[in-house]
Amino acid sequence: MEKCKVTIDGKTIEVEKGITILEAAKKIGIKIPTLCHLDLHDIKMVNKAASCRVCVVEVEGRKNLAPSCSTPVFDGMKVITNSIRALNARKIVLELLLSDHPKECLTCAKSGECELQELAEEFAIRKIEFEGEMSRYRKDYSPSIIRDMDKCVMCRRCETMCNEVQTVGVLSGINRGFNSVVATFFEKNLEDTTCTYCGQCVAVCPTGALTEVDYSWDVINAIANPNKIVIVQTAPAVRAALGEEFGLEPGTSVTGKMVAALKRLGFDYVFDTDFAADLTIMEEASEFLDRLTRFLNGDKSVRLPILTSCCPAWIKFFEHHFPELIDMPSTAKSPQQMFGAIAKSYFADILQVPREKIVVVSVMPCLAKKYEASRPEFKVNGNPDVDISITTRELARLIKQANIDFMSLPEEDFDKPLGESTGAGVIFGVTGGVIEAAVRTAYEWYTGKELRDVEFRQLRSDEGIRTASVNFGGFELNIGISYGLGNARKLLEEIKSGKSNYHAIEIMACPGGCIGGGGQPYHHGNLDIIRARARAIYHEDRHKEIRKSHKNPYIIELYEKYLGKPLSEKSHKLLHTHYFKKVLY
Amino acid sequence: MKHVKMESYFSRLESFIDSLEDKKGSLITVLHKAQDIFGYLPEEVQSFVAKKLGIPRSKVYGVVTFYSFFTMTPKGKYPISVCLGTACYVRGAAKLLDEFKRKLEIDIGQTTKDGLFSLDGLRCVGACSLAPVVIIKDKVYGKVTVDMVEKIISEYKALGVV
Ligand code: SF4
Ligand code: SF4
Ligand code: SF4
Ligand code: FES
Repeated sequence: MEKCKVTIDGKTIEVEKGITILEAAKKIGIKIPTLCHLDLHDIKMVNKAASCRVCVVEVEGRKNLAPSCSTPVFDGMKVITNSIRALNARKIVLELLLSDHPKECLTCAKSGECELQELAEEFAIRKIEFEGEMSRYRKDYSPSIIRDMDKCVMCRRCETMCNEVQTVGVLSGINRGFNSVVATFFEKNLEDTTCTYCGQCVAVCPTGALTEVDYSWDVINAIANPNKIVIVQTAPAVRAALGEEFGLEPGTSVTGKMVAALKRLGFDYVFDTDFAADLTIMEEASEFLDRLTRFLNGDKSVRLPILTSCCPAWIKFFEHHFPELIDMPSTAKSPQQMFGAIAKSYFADILQVPREKIVVVSVMPCLAKKYEASRPEFKVNGNPDVDISITTRELARLIKQANIDFMSLPEEDFDKPLGESTGAGVIFGVTGGVIEAAVRTAYEWYTGKELRDVEFRQLRSDEGIRTASVNFGGFELNIGISYGLGNARKLLEEIKSGKSNYHAIEIMACPGGCIGGGGQPYHHGNLDIIRARARAIYHEDRHKEIRKSHKNPYIIELYEKYLGKPLSEKSHKLLHTHYFKKVLY
Repeated sequence: MKHVKMESYFSRLESFIDSLEDKKGSLITVLHKAQDIFGYLPEEVQSFVAKKLGIPRSKVYGVVTFYSFFTMTPKGKYPISVCLGTACYVRGAAKLLDEFKRKLEIDIGQTTKDGLFSLDGLRCVGACSLAPVVIIKDKVYGKVTVDMVEKIISEYKALGVV
């Protein structure tokens, strides 16, 4: 790497040639403010709009101020980041941005997390000098996401995320000048597009232009209703991130406190989606072994690889983009939906109440789960298996609203029977986890031998697309793993072209898996936070007494008393689903 | 537009796209061609282009809305184009354009509600000796004055929609 010397605010450093002023400054502890810029190189996303001009600096010998996020350094370059000229320019840029922005911070869903608000605060903007026309757009409500383009600052991060990382291509900048905005094809509602509701656009939007649909009041109302039994389930990734909302270090697992908080919120039963994850493994591993054995016996009609089906964003993605592969994913429902189905059948029977009396609330790291819960096939006579799906962020708000001092809560345990889970259920929250959990069970079922070391390190990594093989007693099982829908697309193209020799593939829509979901505490561009959450998940697994799904005594009981065996008629009815070919153009 | 006609339009556009070597890089060229064929770029046409080029529909829409030379409103039965080249301009084309706007109650790029007229500005058409020039459908009008606008419009109105 060629080096060069630059001087920034009087400090000289040697850096690689070609990096930006912004990056060079960061190395010596100078934090130049930015707004449109976003560098998530871990997932190969760099938003290079260079449109906001918040980051301008003075470069010696140049007449104009330079945007530091997109100007490369050169040898001998002298930069001043905080000259009066740069400060003035930055302030004017901000004031202009604010002059066409609704001043609604008090009621904005992004308040406290908004990068524009933070800049305005840093710059002590007390008055907006420019009063001009405001651009006005209608709000777009979908089952998961609200688009309020009045608050858009045209950084186009969402567009980069949707098009380049997820390759969904729903969002694009339209019009020009004052009228420009990010929109969908013919400005349709998100609901009428191929949007997967992965929520990754929400995760990177610096302002309140893209936010989740908030159902926290529906939860409060359900709990307050004396005629309802309100059950809550919590996804594995939630416990690894919720603490961040209360100031804890990323990577702090807060399972016990989370359970205690949910009990204090007034839920009648606090259960765990991890239980349903164990159940998912029972069905998915059985389905996989069934396909594999038939395949090895020469049955040409068998479709391999099997694709995991836990991520509703990924499901919607293939329904639109790969309808010809519709019989490849496992038919197993996602853990959220399995839980709902079991809660409103098996558990309703235990309580001896009709399903309508039960309200199932799920706490998810995910925006797509809101949409999934609303899919018509997950209803019985109009009554949904999952009534309300909220995010980690919404749960944090509920806890704060209920005057619960999270930090001083004791650690409590999930209720039984749907709250008991294994380490295999926990790792569903991280990329590679579903397939590792499946392998732990499938290995024992296939070989008839006990699996001593349950940790499959070859399946663990934060690479967005990877392959590994696992020895199944002499038979090499080829596994593909990817997160991010763009990476998933690559694996699917391989399958389509017949080049793939995988037996099983795990796909998740979000960076690092669900721990990087669109409903998690905002990472503000720091993906180390997601890595820390992964460590918390693996830590939790390591400290579980039981680490294989099929050894969960409550799962065994569920099959003995109710379902019979995996893939039985009853299991099929309650735990499996089917997919729909959806239009792309 | 009649169904059969639409179909032949789509097949013309399709063979044009199929003849291109670099499909993904030809979006603007393809949209120009599509607008030539259809007269405007409605939703189905943009969808078709996206599908044929293998790019997201939102991208196509983004490009169409970015450039002012693309239009999403169908042209009138009698599209009116006022030349805004230098020669015409100095001889009062801007005033002419204003008169058409006033009389038809539409702006550039729009179409009257009855579908009869649409209005556009043109770059120099090379008939400078006749400046200012107005083209209606295929007919060229030279040395047009503001007073003539009313009469020209009523002639076409008399022809009607058929
Ligand atoms: S919606 Fe948000 S992410 Fe997208 S361009 Fe606007 S401000 Fe940026
Ligand atoms: S939720 Fe995902 S698919 Fe939908 S617009 Fe956002 S990034 Fe694109
Ligand atoms: S990866 Fe997880 S959080 Fe992200 S969309 Fe899929 S299920 Fe939801
Ligand atoms: S952050 Fe550099 S131009 Fe927006």
